[in-house]
Amino acid sequence: MYKYFLRRTLILIPVLFGISAVLFTILVMAPGDPFEELATNPNVPPEVRMNLRAKFGLDDPLPVRYARWVASMMRGDWGFSFVSRVNVDTLILQRLPTTLVVLGSAQLLAILVAIPIGTYSALRPYSIFDQIATTLAFIGFSLPTFFTGLLFILLLSIHLDWLPFIYRSDISGTGWRWYWEHIRQAIMPVAVLGLAQAASMTRFMRAAVLDVIRLDYVNTARAKGLSEGVTLVKHVVRNALIPVVTLVAIQIPTIFGGAIVTEQIFRVPGIGSLLITSILANDTPVVMAVTFIFSILVLVSSLAADMLYAWLDPRISYR
Amino acid sequence: MDERDIHGLIADVRTGRLSRRAFTRIMLGLGVTGPLAAQMLDAAGVAAQSKTDGFAPTRRGGGGQLKVLWWQAPTLLNPHFAVGTKDQDGSRVFYEPLAAFDPEGNLFPILALEIPTLENGGVARDGKSVVWKLKRGVSWHDGKPFTADDLVFNWEYAADPATAAITITTYRDIERVEKLDSHTVRLVFKNPTPFWFDAFCGARGMIVPKHLFQAFKGDKSREAPTNLKPVGTGPYRFVDFRPGDLVRGELNPGYHVQNRPFFDQFEMKGGGDAASAAQAVLQTGEYDFAWNLQVADDILKRREQGGKGHVEIATGGGIEHIQLNNTDPWKEVDGERSSIKTTHPFLTDSAVRSALNVLVDRGAIHEELYGRLGQATPNFLNGPPRFRSPNLKWEFGVDRANQILDGGGWRRGADGVRAKDGKRLKVVFQTSINPERQKAQTIVKQACARAGIEVELKSVVASAFFSSDVANPDTYTKFYSDIQMYNVGPGAPDPQTFMSNFTSAEICSKENKWARRNTTRWRNDEYDRLWKAAESEMDPVKRAALFIRMNDMLTQNVVVIPIVWRNSVAGVSNRLKGNDLSGWDSYLWRLAYWYRQS
Repeated sequence: MYKYFLRRTLILIPVLFGISAVLFTILVMAPGDPFEELATNPNVPPEVRMNLRAKFGLDDPLPVRYARWVASMMRGDWGFSFVSRVNVDTLILQRLPTTLVVLGSAQLLAILVAIPIGTYSALRPYSIFDQIATTLAFIGFSLPTFFTGLLFILLLSIHLDWLPFIYRSDISGTGWRWYWEHIRQAIMPVAVLGLAQAASMTRFMRAAVLDVIRLDYVNTARAKGLSEGVTLVKHVVRNALIPVVTLVAIQIPTIFGGAIVTEQIFRVPGIGSLLITSILANDTPVVMAVTFIFSILVLVSSLAADMLYAWLDPRISYR
Repeated sequence: MDERDIHGLIADVRTGRLSRRAFTRIMLGLGVTGPLAAQMLDAAGVAAQSKTDGFAPTRRGGGGQLKVLWWQAPTLLNPHFAVGTKDQDGSRVFYEPLAAFDPEGNLFPILALEIPTLENGGVARDGKSVVWKLKRGVSWHDGKPFTADDLVFNWEYAADPATAAITITTYRDIERVEKLDSHTVRLVFKNPTPFWFDAFCGARGMIVPKHLFQAFKGDKSREAPTNLKPVGTGPYRFVDFRPGDLVRGELNPGYHVQNRPFFDQFEMKGGGDAASAAQAVLQTGEYDFAWNLQVADDILKRREQGGKGHVEIATGGGIEHIQLNNTDPWKEVDGERSSIKTTHPFLTDSAVRSALNVLVDRGAIHEELYGRLGQATPNFLNGPPRFRSPNLKWEFGVDRANQILDGGGWRRGADGVRAKDGKRLKVVFQTSINPERQKAQTIVKQACARAGIEVELKSVVASAFFSSDVANPDTYTKFYSDIQMYNVGPGAPDPQTFMSNFTSAEICSKENKWARRNTTRWRNDEYDRLWKAAESEMDPVKRAALFIRMNDMLTQNVVVIPIVWRNSVAGVSNRLKGNDLSGWDSYLWRLAYWYRQS
């Protein structure tokens, strides 16, 4: 087990190098530079822009720039943003909590919605409830988040005027009011992300429960005289959750992907919106750092999924 | 009432305690005529722009929170590093220049006691120096006094190439900034400088404190903690800044204008897009003000029906125009196309140029695409108003174009496209990707087709089109097409650098890595001479005449085809007053005077 873990971790290193090289090359080869806005400003002569490019090392050849990036990365230096001239790690740390809060609550919402609905659907397959749940689930994962986001804004903010659609990280006030304002503004982004997640998770839960509920040990449990509730929670759901838990782990990077769009729509100041603005501004160090974090996340969560699977199901062992 | 009392009143007008109108009324009561009262104010350096709209608060604050929305968020708060207007605006909450530019492009004193002029002796007759008197009793947010040393330092700081300041161009042509006394400085220029009000004025002239930046001049400029925690002289003090997201401030109790500002807190939220920003101000009223609403006018009109806010327009000098290539973009000479060694096969023919000029339907483009966001114009140089040529008119007419082309000897071929000496009238028309531009391209293409000119449309991603990437063939400075369209403006209320876009010295070529301004590669000795003369002409009237002449040359020779003079548009809550937006300065140039009507 530990050997397996060690081996997988070691493999991560060359993979990360490969990913960073590809990312860096693509970013550097993309057109534009962070000082694009100066181009049409007549008061800034082009040589100022050229000097800035040279000063920030944008004119050096690709291999040199990549080597420099790797070298400083090794020292734990993420570089600084060309646009805000702030260290990249500061920028990311500033925004990470917001992203984690929004994504965490979205994930929680997804689990709270998906597990009961999926289980209940499986207990009464093809009932009216199951039909409705299935339809909604299909609608849920066929609609992209940017579309549901806009629909929510139109309905809840503009027509009904119930919720704000601009997310503020600086809500004033203390105590209950502070929490209430935070919850109010988080409802829409969390719902958009969480419900999209819940849709696919419901289907998985339903399938997993259907698989388990027919097994002999469930009948045994019932035959022992256990109540239906105990059978369900202790024997059915617990076993059915094994594939769902791994699914959640594997899906974490996908959620981050969805968050990028959702953050932009609701102006949530998280790392997703940081990524978008940095891409638009050609701010290579920031784009590089955020995408690199995302790729680490993908690798780590797939590793975590594997490990978790083995831990939850003792029948599986890695060598 | 004796002389001293009158001086006291004038001082009150200057600080904004007394309105100009009230001063004139007092003077009328004393038997002084209106024009004479105005002259008294002018002589005392209280410029006529000292506006007041009847709101005279008796104390600072009490206005609660002001929430503004900048859909492109400020990413840094050091005005010398500001790349775009968003950064300048973020900095402007805390920092101030000596003088701001009002909607007409005139100077309005902020940290200056008065505006230097030729008449009051502040500006030297030879244009080689200017003396600024600073307002006394101004202090930085940390309590240190604002003095002449700060101005000297700002010049040293920005002019040092190692600092990597964007404002370097504003300051590097100043030979020296001398401190005459604690509140007077003299700027000495290398050459006669009619545009002496570039340094320390407007969006590029904000002043940072010496005592917090002096240790971070040059290579260490990035490390200054004050880059992220500004300490300025402005109406609001710094509270919090998150790059790309949020700028927060609170009322500055020691602000140098009495009883201002009105609001207790200031919040600038960034991010998102222009369309939803318009919604948040015009429709739901969640925010008080939204920056630069680049959204089609009909959408804005629909949003305004929400009743919470309206659109306000700032007129600058931005001009959406078509450029005609004077060189051959399809022939490669010494490794470059559009080389100055070639001439364009047919765009140098005046018949073709004049025909194209009347084939651009400015009226349709204005009404259908821009609405309140622009106006059709025959001029390349539209502002400030004193530089706008009154001599020209634009026209649109397919018949007229046909006539001109027939007269020029261009005959229609079997495919309906005109040709002469084996040269077909086929042009490639490039621009950046943007819905309005693609629609405008189509309008031009359709009119050209009716006149026998074939147009092939090409649109390039904006980031590639406006990039300075030498390897990219699609940049606007390389101009590897026959005609191209984009928007450009003078930025500052002086057209000197703006009009250098057509001087021979600025021609883009491989040699200068296409890092110059003259993209059309048009050469004209008389134009060069006029531009050179304007560079050192100190008589404002003669100088304006020079620029008007240059503008007329550009349009008469159809070097460019001006289309729409573009406005910038802000969304303003119906209760928010006192904005007085200027197209020549930051939207926030009068932030201290903003207030909310109850």
